[in-house]
Order: sequence, then C-alpha cells, then structure tokens
Amino acid sequence: MALRVGALVQRTRMRATVEAVTIAMHWPHTSARAACCDAARANEKADPMDTPVRSKDADGREILDSVVIRFAGDSGDGMQLAGMQFTQTTAVAGNDLATFPDFPAEIRAPAGTTFGVSGFQIHFASHDVLTPGDEPDVLVAMNPAALKVNLRDVPKGGLVIVNTGAFTPQNLKKAGYDKNPLEDGTLDPYRKLEIDVSRLVLAAVEPHGLGTKEALRAKNLWTLGLLYWLFGRDRTPTIDWLKRKFAKRPDLAEANIAALNAGHVYGETAELPTGVAAYKIPKADLPKGEYRNITGNEALAWGLATAGRLADLPVLYGSYPITPASSVLHSLAGLKHYGVTTFQAEDEIAAICSAIGAAYAGIIGATATSGPGMALKGEAMGLAIMTELPLVIFDVQRAGPSTGMPTKTEQSDLFQAVWGRNGDAPLVVLAPATPSECFHFAIEAVRLAIKYMTPVIVLSDGYIANGAEPWSIPKYADLPKIPVHFRTDPAGFHPFLRDPETLARNWAKPGTPGLEHRIGGIEKSFGSGHISYDPDNHEKMTKVRAQKVLGVAKDLPQQKVEIGNDRGALAVVGWGSTYGSIHQAVRRCRRDGLDVSHIHIRHLWPLPENLADLLAGFDRVMVPELNNGQLARLLRAEYLVPAVPFDKIAGMPFRVAELEQEIRTRIAAPPVKTHRLS
Amino acid sequence: MDTPNKLTQKDFVSDQEVRWCPGCGDYAILAAMQRTLPKLGVTRENTVFVSGIGCSSRFPYYMSTYGFHTIHGRAPAIASGVKLANPHLDVWMVTGDGDGLSIGGNHLLHVLRRNVDLQILMFNNRIYGLTKGQYSPTSLVGQKTPSTPLGSLDMPVNPCLFALGANARFVARGIDTSTTTLGDLFVAAHGHRGASFVEVLQNCPVFNDGEWDNVTMRDVASEHQLWVEHGKPLLFGKDKTKGLRLAPGGSHVEVVTVGEGGVTLADVAVHDQTNRTLAFLLAQLALPNFPMAFGVLYCDPMPSYDSAVVAQNAAAVEKSGAGDIDRLLRSGHTWRVE
Repeated sequence: MALRVGALVQRTRMRATVEAVTIAMHWPHTSARAACCDAARANEKADPMDTPVRSKDADGREILDSVVIRFAGDSGDGMQLAGMQFTQTTAVAGNDLATFPDFPAEIRAPAGTTFGVSGFQIHFASHDVLTPGDEPDVLVAMNPAALKVNLRDVPKGGLVIVNTGAFTPQNLKKAGYDKNPLEDGTLDPYRKLEIDVSRLVLAAVEPHGLGTKEALRAKNLWTLGLLYWLFGRDRTPTIDWLKRKFAKRPDLAEANIAALNAGHVYGETAELPTGVAAYKIPKADLPKGEYRNITGNEALAWGLATAGRLADLPVLYGSYPITPASSVLHSLAGLKHYGVTTFQAEDEIAAICSAIGAAYAGIIGATATSGPGMALKGEAMGLAIMTELPLVIFDVQRAGPSTGMPTKTEQSDLFQAVWGRNGDAPLVVLAPATPSECFHFAIEAVRLAIKYMTPVIVLSDGYIANGAEPWSIPKYADLPKIPVHFRTDPAGFHPFLRDPETLARNWAKPGTPGLEHRIGGIEKSFGSGHISYDPDNHEKMTKVRAQKVLGVAKDLPQQKVEIGNDRGALAVVGWGSTYGSIHQAVRRCRRDGLDVSHIHIRHLWPLPENLADLLAGFDRVMVPELNNGQLARLLRAEYLVPAVPFDKIAGMPFRVAELEQEIRTRIAAPPVKTHRLS
Repeated sequence: MDTPNKLTQKDFVSDQEVRWCPGCGDYAILAAMQRTLPKLGVTRENTVFVSGIGCSSRFPYYMSTYGFHTIHGRAPAIASGVKLANPHLDVWMVTGDGDGLSIGGNHLLHVLRRNVDLQILMFNNRIYGLTKGQYSPTSLVGQKTPSTPLGSLDMPVNPCLFALGANARFVARGIDTSTTTLGDLFVAAHGHRGASFVEVLQNCPVFNDGEWDNVTMRDVASEHQLWVEHGKPLLFGKDKTKGLRLAPGGSHVEVVTVGEGGVTLADVAVHDQTNRTLAFLLAQLALPNFPMAFGVLYCDPMPSYDSAVVAQNAAAVEKSGAGDIDRLLRSGHTWRVE
C-alpha cells in the first residue's frame, strides 16, 4: 500500500456530490443507501475525490473534508469513553461518521502492556462515510504500548499526540522499547504533539481535591478537550454528560470538566508546532431529519422491541452472556415497559429453548449469541424447524473456531447459520450491512418468522455490533405493522395444516379451546400432524420444509447492484459488515474507469431470486469475506459460478486500499475457468 | 371451552395409541394423571405437558391437552419459556432419570432454584430404556449393562436430594403402581405455586425389571415404605409401630419401635414439611437400615419466578408508562439536519 505523505492534506477533498448515508425506513424493500447509488453512478466521473483542496475558514481554521482519529491507551485509560464522547459531539456537529472500537478481551490487562491496548477509531467527514477509515490521520497514544501497537498504521506525515508523562522507563520496558521512541527519531516522519498530559491533568484537577490516582483518570478527558479544540468541537454535550454521569459525585464531575476545559485551553493557548493547526470539517450534507448515533447491537435490541409492538405481541428474549452479543441483552433488560421480558438463562441451550417455549405459547421468542453459542443452540434450532415455530436468533459473529478471538470480528458463521444443523434443516438467514440496518433486520426477522412459521437468523458481527453510525430515526407510525394470525377454529384443525401460499403451518397457542395438540421433534404426518415414520411422508415433509423456506425469496427484494453496471468484467460480491470497504473500493476503481460492480447480499438464505442471472452477467466474480471463503463456496454450490474468494481472516475489517488493489489485480487478469479453493 | 367440573378421566385421554412396553410403570402413572386432572378442576386447553427425550417423555402424546415433546434434557428451559410467555397456563413437565439428571441436569438445577411454577415429574427407573438399557445417573454402583459389562463404577445421584440441594421448595416421592397416593401427590404438587418436584419410582420391565421390588412389592411395602404426612408422626411397619426418632442433637434419625425399650409415640418425630433439614434426612433414608420415605417430603413455598417476572414487568410499566417506541428511538443524543 502506498504511503501517503501529509495524510491530513492528502485526504482533503471536496466532493461534487454528497450521498445520503441513511437507509430508508421500509427496509428491505427500498434502501436509500442503494437508491442513492444511482445518483452516485451518474456523478462518478464528476467526482474529484482525490483532489487536495486547502483553504481556511474565517477563524483561520484549516478546512478539511475528512479525518480519521484513533484513540489508543491502556484498557483502563478510558479510550472507549473518550471515543464515544468524541463520536457524539461529532455527530451533533453535523459530520457523517463511522467508528471502530477495538479492545482486548481482558477486562483490565496488566497496565502498560501491548496486549492491554484499547483503541477506538472514528472517521468523520463533510461527505458520506462508509468505513472507519484505513489509516488514522491522528493517533492519540496515551502510553508507550499504545504507540508501539498503533504507530505502524499511521501514514508518514500523520499527526501523533503522545502523553509524555507515561513514557517512564518502566512503561517503555513493558511496551518492549529498548530506547525511548520520543528521543530516538522514531517519530521524525510524523507531525507530533508531545505533551505531559499526566502532569497537566494533575495541575488542572488539583483544586478539586482528588487523590493522584483518581485525578489521573481524567487524562482521557484532558486529551478529549485538546481534540475538541483542534477540531472545533462543542464541549457542551460532554459536560452535560459528565454532570449526569456523576450526579451523585459532583466533585468528580467538576474535576473531569476541569480536565476537559484544561485540555481545550491548552490547545487555544499553547504554541502548536509547525504543521499542526486548528481544523474545521464542514457539515455533511445529510438528508433532512432527526438523527442519532446507533450501534448494531442497540439497533438489534430496539428493532426487536419495536417488532413486538408492531406485531402487538410480547417478546421473550432468552440469552446467555457472550461477547460480543451481551449488550443486546443489556439493552433489552431495560425495556420491560415495552413488553419485553428478558431471561438470562443458565446456558446457550436454555436461552434458545426458553425462546422456543415462548413461541409455542404464542409470543415472540428471540435469542442472541455468538459463534460458540450458535454451535450449542444448533439442536434446538432443529426443534424449531421441525415444529415450525417462529423464532429469531441474532448471531453477533466473532473470530472462531472455538473461543477464537472473542473481541475480534469475523464472518465465519455463514456456513453454521445456513447449514449447521443435523438433518435437512432449512431456515432463513439475513445479513444487515451496517449498524443501523440491524434495526430493520430485527423487525424483518420477526415478520418473516411469524409469516412463515420458521426460525430466522440475523448474522451481525463484532464490527457492526460495536461500530456506530448516524441514523435518520424512523417514525414508529411509518413502520408497517406485522400481521399475526392465531388459529382459533377447531373445525378441521391439525397442527400442520398449511397456508397453501406460504406453506406456513397454523399457529395454535395453548389456551385456545378445541385446538389441543401435541408437537415435537419427531417427524409428523403431513396429513394429520401425528407422529409418522412413513418413508414417503418424511421425504415429503423434508421437501415441504425446504420449499417453505425457499419460498421466502418471493417476499424479498430483488438483488440490486449497489454501484456499477448489471453486467460486466467484475462483480465484487459481499455480505454483512464489509459493505463500506467494498463500496468505497469499487467506487474508487470505477472512478478510474474500471468495469467493476458492487453486489451486496443481505439475504443469505434463501438467496434473492434474481441472483443467479445477475452473477451470470459478469466475467469474474470476486467474493471478499472475513472468513476462509464461505460465501464463495455457497455461490459456487448454488449457481456454478466461478466465484473466487478474497479472504481476510485477521479479526479486522478490510481496508479499502487492500480491496482496491485486489480489484485492480483481478480485473487485469483473464477470467478463471476453473479454480480450486484452498 | 371445557367445563372443568364435568371432565372425566377419559376426557384427558388422547387419540394416540400408547406405545410403552407391556408392563411398563408409565401406564400406571399416565392413568393416575388422567384420573387426577378432572379433580383439579383444570381445563384441557390451559394444560400443557412438556417433556424431553426418553420413554417417560412420550407422555404428552397420550394426554388430550396441549403437549410439547422437545429435545433431550431441555424440557425445563422450554417449559420455563412457556410459563413466562403465559403464566395462566398450567404447565407440567415430564422427565426421566437420564433426561433430567444426565443431559438435562443443568437445566433441572436452574428451574428448581429459580422456582418456576411447574409440576416436574421425574420417572426414575434407574436405567436408560429408549437407548436399550445403559446405566443411568441413578443406577447403583455395579449395575451391569451393555455399556458397563463389568459393572458401573460411578456413584448414583439421589433425585430428591438433588432437588433439595437445588433449593426446590416442593419435593415429593411416589411409586408408579401406588396410583391413589400418586394422584394425591399430583394434587399437592399442583397446589404448590412454584417448582414442584415429584420423583416417581418406576419399573422398567424390559431393561431393569424389579429394580424397586424391595421397596414396592406388597409383602415388603409396610416395612420398607415410610409415608410422611405433615403434622403426623413418622410411623411405618405393619402395625405402624415403628417410627423415626431424631437422635440427640438432631443430626440423624434412628428407627425405634413404639412400646419397646420405653419408647412412646411422643418419642417419634413429627413430620414438618417446612423443615428443610428434616427433608434432607428423609430424602436420604435408604434400605437396608431404613425405610424409603414417600409423600411430600418438603413444601415451603416462596414466590415463584414467573410471578416475580410479572410483578417486575408491571412495576416497570407502572414507573415508566407503557413504552413509547418513538421516545425510545430518540433517547440520548439526537440532532436535526435541516
């Protein structure tokens, strides 16, 4: 990857068109992100994306189009908090943004070690933002370990802000530095702000009478104050937040506010070194409306609660804590007054089984987990498939197999979701592409589960779960209701009577007189619902279950091309959280005249009805995935298309640049006839 | 809708052919249940039987109520979901010693300590029947089975002790063929709000025939069975002259005979079903030194989990009002783009 000199300057670009970033309220039938791509296509040629523009506003602030900041420090340094506060403030300032929290699995890893470094990256801009950014333009390193881990990602000329107070011999040794990088020229290729934050924060909070240990905890807020000044941010939202957070400890609130203000004042008054200025990032041109930041897990939780209301049914959410899905449980546990009951089960199996019991009893049953928990839930999913009960399963994927890397993202549960059960056991698998899409997919999962009497898996991942983006908040009244029909008529009833169109069986809940019936995991007769070992019946029921789930495709939107033509030299086919990086990479390549299109699959099973024809129109099919080629194999198996994977299995999202480079390589090579997967 | 007081035993019989082996103790338990439900004044539509996997777990198919034959060991979790979804339902759970104490031991522990309002019936035949005769977690040491040709080595678990250890608030023990008393235990279990655990000694005539004969056969019953009743002295034997006396200090019990060695009826311990320590003592009584204890060994109700959930949900609505989705989506920081 080419190093970019003076990243801040290089990235400065004024765009002729600005795209909308929000998706439409009626996902999945229309997507504003997809719709806006048509506009983008029309304007591609006119988009002077990489033209550096340098100008200043009336206050002498240098105007930038786009900035990526990475906060890095010890896992106890409050970097996630600083990042989230910067995110809120940036959103309020009107920029579009995307975030990427990256933290260790250890709650408090030994202080000062490299494996204890916690990071939070935010990309914000005056145009639409699709990814948290490949490389940080600004690195905030609170200690030597944070510098050691993160400096390699900073392009030469990037701005490095270090807390010199933490560069003690002891900390340098823990980070594995033989020599002090602040003194040996390591930082020479960068612009730098070397500040003894520890000393300054102690001085700032001294009047508030805190002990040294407590006072030093405010380092993150001091640094945040400095960044607020550098990027022209309003401190008020953070000050208000601190007052709320420390309502019972006003002394702590005042001390933290003092630290924030002191950092800000430092920026105003200190003589900044050459090359470091105050910056301004103009507002992004977002569609009108009311916005908030939302993470994927929040969106799943709120979507589920909203779906309960739309279906006019209570929700039972059975869950067992697991990273990175637990925060869905935390969110829902606070929504009891929305008709949501949360049940922290004794294990993953009990969690899904409680949801199945709830579905049997006639309410919405839902559960969430990550890879290892999915494996444990497999048999119970089979039961829900066999008994044809509505069930919603969120799988917030993480790096596997086994425990894998719990806090790192991956897309490696695709096979497990689509195929991972005993017997021929089909269900519906959905894959939102961004944090805010999770809201609509949670609702869609409930709608499909009830309409087709089937389990539905929503495949999110750690990156979507923890990442945040601005979201144009829908109005409840605009969301379509979810129809629910319980059988009440005993005439001619048996539990496996089916709707001739959807093939869904009727939902007859306990408590309904005259519909008493027995269901279970044993095969049932198509005609009576009684236990059946009849060979022809088993084949028939297996086919019916498959047909029912395949029939869901009729209910789904046709597969669109996100950007590019409907046929051509290369289709880049992705799914899930890789949306932003793929989209940006394809956009850049198209700008250079390459005939490449981006197709993003949001319905993994059943696949969209037109996907086979669509893929057949391309000479090459490249499938970037954060796994060892699962979607590529699925597409080959289903369609006999020469799908060639492009894998990244590093627990990290794709960088736009690595995708861009691969697209250029692929499109220059002849199309493959045969290709062996490794 | 069913008119409860008019239902009879046959109203609870489903149209399915019962497929347990001839002579299986499960037939008697099924009949006792079908005879008992009409007495409880329950309706078919509000009654649900949930089971796991195993011979006992076929039970729901033979009841004309709602029924869910689930997966191995998981009935407690599914029954919990049913009860949480609709607390008005009367939920019975049927399991066996393998289903409930091996693969489902974890769930059984938690459903008992949570005190979900279910009636949990464990048919204990000390063997795996449906998989053809392997030893179970209640099989005695030395049991020779296809998987233990030289005899099993692991110590068995006592289901009632397990339940008490899990902090169950209702623990009872009965016998498959003692159908009258079994019916009484079902009534008592049903009356208890919370998780009611009933162990039923059940004979498997194919793989473990006669396992309980030394307790259940008519000729030994009076000497080997101690039927406990709240507030009554713990007496057994042909003439009800034998009794249990708490040893000084109360750490264990001993068998005494009223009228012998100066022992009077006043020396015999009186059953207190709310006494957890006594329940532990009774649950572990075993032959040959003691009779086995039957009846309601322990009953000391606490609020059930499902009722607490209902109360907490209601309190949340009381405090915050029925949630407004628009307000939820706009909680925290929002901003307008004009």
